[in-house]
Amino acid sequence: MTRLKADSRHAVRFTLNGTSVEAEAEPRMLLSDFLRHQLGATGTHVGCEHGVCGACTIVVDGMLTRSCLTLAAQVDDCELRTVEGLAPSADRLGVLQQAFRRNHALQCGFCTAGILMSLDHYLARNPNPSEAEIRDLLSGHICRCTGYTPIIKAALEAAAELASSNKETSDA
Amino acid sequence: MLQAVKSANPGHGDEPWVGRSIERVEDAALLSGRGRFIDDLGVPPGTLHAAILRSPHAHADILSIDPEAAKRLPGVAAVLTGSDVKAVTTSLVVGVKAPVECWPIAIDRVRYVGEPVAIIVAADRARAEDAAELINVEYRPRGAVVDPLGALAADAPVLHDGFPGNLASDRSFRYGDPEQAFAEAPYRFSIDIKYPRNSCTPIETYGVVASHDAGEDGYEVLANFQGPFSIHTVIARALKVPGNRLRLRTPPDSGGSFGVKQGVFPYIVLIAAAARITGRPVKWIEDRIEHLAASVSATNRATTLAAAVAADGKILALDWDQVEDCGAHLRAPEPATLYRMHGNLTGAYDISHVKVRNRVVVTNKTPTGLNRGFGGPQVYFALERLVQRIAIGLGLDPLDVIKRNLIGAGAFPYRTATGALLDSGNYQEAVARAVEQGRLAELKAKRDAARAQGRLYGIGFTAVVEPSVSNMGYITTVLTAAERRKAGPKNGAQATATVGLDPVGSVTVHVASVPQGQGHRTVLSQVVADVFGLQPKDIRVNTEIDTAKDAWSIASGNYASRFAAAVAGTAKLAAERVAGRLARIAASQLNVEAADIVFAKGFVASKHNPENRIAFSRVAALSHWSPGSLPDDAGQTIRETLFWTPPELTPPDDEDRINSSLCHGFIFDFCGVEVDRTTLETRIDRYVTMHDCGTILHPGMVNGQIRGGFAQALGAALLEEYAYADDGSFLTGTLADYLLPTTTEVPEPEIFHMETPSPFTPLGAKGVGEGNCMSTPVCLANAVADALGIADITLPLVPARLVELVRGAEPPPPAGGATAAPVREGDRRLRGEGQASVKGAPEQVWAMLLDPATLQSVIPGCQSVDKITDTHFRADVTLGIGPVTGRYRADVELFDLDAPRAVTLRGGATGALGFGSAEGRVTLVPDGNGGTKLTYSYDAAIGGKVASIGGRLLDGATRVIIGQFFTALARKAGGGGAEGGGFSLFALLAKAASLFGGRR
Amino acid sequence: MKPPAFDYLRAGNISEALEGLAQQGSDARVLAGGQSLMAMLNMRLAKPKLLIDIMRIKELRQIERKGDAVVIGAGVRQADLLAWPDLAEALPLVALALPWVGHMQTRSRGTICGSLAHADPSAEMPLALVALGGEVLLRNARRRRRVVAKDFFAGMMLTARADDELIEGISLPVAKVSRFAFREVARRHGDFAIVACAAMRTPAGVRLAVGGVADVPTARDWPRLEGSALDDALNAFAWELGARDDVHASARYRRDLVRMIGRDLIGEVLQ
Ligand SMILES: Cc1cc2nc3c(=O)[nH]c(=O)nc-3n(C[C@H](O)[C@H](O)[C@H](O)COP(=O)(O)OP(=O)(O)OC[C@H]3O[C@@H](n4cnc5c(N)ncnc54)[C@H](O)[C@@H]3O)c2cc1C
Ligand code: FES
Ligand code: FES
Repeated sequence: MTRLKADSRHAVRFTLNGTSVEAEAEPRMLLSDFLRHQLGATGTHVGCEHGVCGACTIVVDGMLTRSCLTLAAQVDDCELRTVEGLAPSADRLGVLQQAFRRNHALQCGFCTAGILMSLDHYLARNPNPSEAEIRDLLSGHICRCTGYTPIIKAALEAAAELASSNKETSDA
Repeated sequence: MLQAVKSANPGHGDEPWVGRSIERVEDAALLSGRGRFIDDLGVPPGTLHAAILRSPHAHADILSIDPEAAKRLPGVAAVLTGSDVKAVTTSLVVGVKAPVECWPIAIDRVRYVGEPVAIIVAADRARAEDAAELINVEYRPRGAVVDPLGALAADAPVLHDGFPGNLASDRSFRYGDPEQAFAEAPYRFSIDIKYPRNSCTPIETYGVVASHDAGEDGYEVLANFQGPFSIHTVIARALKVPGNRLRLRTPPDSGGSFGVKQGVFPYIVLIAAAARITGRPVKWIEDRIEHLAASVSATNRATTLAAAVAADGKILALDWDQVEDCGAHLRAPEPATLYRMHGNLTGAYDISHVKVRNRVVVTNKTPTGLNRGFGGPQVYFALERLVQRIAIGLGLDPLDVIKRNLIGAGAFPYRTATGALLDSGNYQEAVARAVEQGRLAELKAKRDAARAQGRLYGIGFTAVVEPSVSNMGYITTVLTAAERRKAGPKNGAQATATVGLDPVGSVTVHVASVPQGQGHRTVLSQVVADVFGLQPKDIRVNTEIDTAKDAWSIASGNYASRFAAAVAGTAKLAAERVAGRLARIAASQLNVEAADIVFAKGFVASKHNPENRIAFSRVAALSHWSPGSLPDDAGQTIRETLFWTPPELTPPDDEDRINSSLCHGFIFDFCGVEVDRTTLETRIDRYVTMHDCGTILHPGMVNGQIRGGFAQALGAALLEEYAYADDGSFLTGTLADYLLPTTTEVPEPEIFHMETPSPFTPLGAKGVGEGNCMSTPVCLANAVADALGIADITLPLVPARLVELVRGAEPPPPAGGATAAPVREGDRRLRGEGQASVKGAPEQVWAMLLDPATLQSVIPGCQSVDKITDTHFRADVTLGIGPVTGRYRADVELFDLDAPRAVTLRGGATGALGFGSAEGRVTLVPDGNGGTKLTYSYDAAIGGKVASIGGRLLDGATRVIIGQFFTALARKAGGGGAEGGGFSLFALLAKAASLFGGRR
Repeated sequence: MKPPAFDYLRAGNISEALEGLAQQGSDARVLAGGQSLMAMLNMRLAKPKLLIDIMRIKELRQIERKGDAVVIGAGVRQADLLAWPDLAEALPLVALALPWVGHMQTRSRGTICGSLAHADPSAEMPLALVALGGEVLLRNARRRRRVVAKDFFAGMMLTARADDELIEGISLPVAKVSRFAFREVARRHGDFAIVACAAMRTPAGVRLAVGGVADVPTARDWPRLEGSALDDALNAFAWELGARDDVHASARYRRDLVRMIGRDLIGEVLQ
């Protein structure tokens, strides 16, 4: 049993995009704030802090997670993935990111990190999604700029590309 | 699924970059989490964080504010109230001539739910919020008014003494001879519209970081403000410094705005004042609850529009009567929403006679401001609904009525009756192409087939003119010609661009367009690359603004779709000016005439002898390294800032004609919708939108603007409304109440284009950013009206509102069964009655009702009961309903005591979660067996935070609690152990106020 | 919008959680998926002194078939149950209703039992529990008890759970041969229901359960009814539920949906 006192800061350790990180937080600190302001991982955005907009969505231990509805203390020892971990390297974009760029699937980019995380997580498990499935998945995100359809197109294109490259690798 | 846009053509050099959908330079960073939004940027060490305590009341006097407990909390640096802010600022300017003040924080009185009452500055945001809960504010509620027509009623509560009868402005206009046209016309059609309040709600909220240098009395502010920078003068004036002591900067990225981030400016004043008072940098990031309740919204408007019409559907004259609701304060630049469309009140139609009455009223709602579409949705909803009604009234096809009235293709530039100069277009051609490419005939066949099956299917049409690049002088149309003469002329729209060449010849561009996600940096790199014969990647564009260092003017900013038409064009002109000088330099180096110089593929070369060339970077660097070897007349090429303002944007003339905007795109939309017979939900089957926005600079971005605007308009039509109850309670305070469209609601519109360049803009481009926000709501409404065969359509098309219209009367309840109390929409008072049998005699029950000791022992969570007088009690209670807990101060008085027969209890409870007030009459009658028959009736109202974030469940839960209270009362009086359940009006009120709706 | 201060207890097993509840009583809150509680904390609608995180308690993570029942532990997330291979066969109604709960991103964290504890009158899982006649398994430091669905929901967001009790799990009867139907109307996909209806065939006839209208999900049994008798029964039921107005729907609209959807679903299951 671990009981963390309200008024003091406690160490929180976890793996962030493959790297172990540690910082201190009061029990009430939200994971979104912890990532952004304690760890400087500002790619995860905050749009509502009540679970609706989806901007803060990340992956914790393989689960899509609203980081605004999660305490930093809850993810001690967990494995986290955020938008900062999506690109294969600092100067290259991944397949999904490229598809977003090609299709103008973002404008202000504020909603984008959360949407990318949902898609990245989903496409890894569902390599051949239908448009309806993508729409259902992304109904948990709000984008105010794009009208969504370029996002859906980018997702389907990325899925196809990922599937064919996976096929190539497995054929090889 | 998406329609193809002209694909990127990765530079083989000769074709221009402009017009291609190249990938955006902005995207790599945004896609990998490296955007730099305001809350991503570091702040100086020691920066404090602000939270804002806001009014739970729509209209009330502030009797007292006690910040002491809050100030004592560790980590709290300051608590500022209205008087503290007032001490270091002056009122914001008000856009009409009236003795009225407009403060960014409540001074002695609150006028809308969410109005700032105190600013708490602390070491971090959580602590600031902890402190906010400890501030004790005493209010005396006043009557509230939320309806614009209601605000004009003789007995309406008045918000500002300087606006008698809540009327902030009342102007009438007359163009041509409308009276005669109406007198002579064979037909007159008229429509009454109430356009709702909504907002484009960007996903990033407001943010401000401010500091104050006491030595120089200068402010430095970083804010995700979007312009117009005319507001800079408003802020500086409010902070009592000259403009050069307000350094306003914007962050590199902004998470959308759609006009809304103009509304951050009152907070700039507040946070700057907090920085000054605390002597420390202060940061404030608005949260979503604050944003929904108290940022800005579009205006809601009540309009009566009449048309004089010939038998063939030709509209001869229009008579507009608009009552604009700007909320509780007339904040800059309002009443601009009303006047932005003034030149365009005849839409896409050729109508010579127009009468207008424009009234601006204040109500107990959040002040309004910029919002995508800005006046367009309100105007076109009335105009295009009326066009449909004319068609139905005359037995004509609505599309034929539209066509009959369109401005002729040969008439451009066309001066509208109210003064706009429509630059170019061919509306007939656009309609014809849309009808064909959008397959209208097929859609009509579909409608016929659906109707034959008994389905509710309809088609709607809209034709609109989309104005862009606002005349900075249009707002002065609210003044009379004489007042304008006194105030001095206002007109034009200065755009600015700076092109710089550095010592290695690389190109930097700076503009003051403050993009909010639209990709300005990409487009400018295309525009300037074309001028210099370079590639977009060679051009680095900076769009941050720093008013202390950059070129800017009042028109700078991101609004009125001015980027493509004005800013990109200005960048082209600036680049061309530099290119002209470079050409002279190159000519002297290459020994040719300057006229023989071309810029291509990274070289400056002779047209006639392309081998005779010099690398662009060499010529470009020369001004730095060897100014002495430049030809005498060339001038420097290091940096050129150009200002451009279109001469067409003249001030209103003495007859109040105003060319309110520079360019005018054309949109023709039609759509097919089906209304579900069971759920009455509207499903969009096909949406066709034809745009002529002049020259297209980047097809992908143009379509992006169209899709984005379409989705927001779909929200406005079907889902979104900032809803207020009659008492001014705000009812849509979370994103689970204010419903934004998601992927499952938004289809892909079929987008078509036609390009008629604007003769008035350097690139031939017109604005395209707002059009669908103007055309789509009414197009969908027309389609639903067609589907249901009904005349009155109110947005948003909430299915429940259609029930009576579609189905008529409801099946009655079975005899002897439950009935429903009639309810008036907007009336949130809860009324009820009931009775209980109690064992004790009336005297016993009576004694309990009046005994504080009993009260204290039975009220759950009661900390104390103070007996102020025999009939006046005060209690402190902590209460929880399910998971919701809160602490309340309750105050109850007893009236009309008729011991031991009857008593009236009246009181209220307030706490951080909200307030409740109730009145109940309890009657005790002996039942003949030594017991008492207790009857009660009550009338309760609840407001504040719980009302705005828990609306869905609040009323229901309140009733439950009230029922429980009386049951418990009966049980207690009967001697049975009253377990749980409140016993007293204290508990009733406090519990009721503590309810939360559980919406996420 | 930051939560008030609280202590955080990461319970390693059930007794640690129960101990926390026993000590802190009404000032303690169980933290399960957090999809309701955290939003309320952020809005400062709840002010517990202690949060007891139960999601690391392994014993609570089971989905078990026990004879004629399926027992779902408090640590089972909505997504876990959706992914349970036996779901469609054992709990067809839950399989129909669960995809309507929120979004993929909230189901991945939110628990079945958390939704029941929260007792939102529009929520789908309370409706399913009532329709199926399931039981809630409650436990405090001293005893365990089972409460049947219709007694568990006491009102809007109010349940029969005492402050010191943990919902250990629920028990739902395994479907026999009966047929099920479910339909929901919300303003948008993933929103709480304006009206949600579940219908199932029973030995005696048919059962219709309705959520989103009364303060608690409400079930009604009828013998096989048809034609106007069915219309009358549905009309009476619709009125009895005491529908109310809010910004999203009127009482009349809700009653209409009960009548119309009720009829459709009953038709479907009786076919
Ligand atoms: C965007 C969004 C949309 C949503 N839409 C829907 C919807 O359409 N339908 C719907 O039904 N729900 C919806 N939800 C709510 C969601 O289903 C929640 O997951 C659920 O209501 C609560 O479950 P939880 O595990 O997250 O519980 P928590 O949020 O952790 O807890 C909720 C409450 O239950 C108590 N609690 C939890 N577990 C226990 C236990 N084992 N014993 C005792 N008390 C306990 C907590 O103390 C708290 O008071 C939505 C949520 C979001 C964010
Ligand atoms: S910020 Fe987490 S869902 Fe909106
Ligand atoms: S790109 Fe701006 S909110 Fe989605």
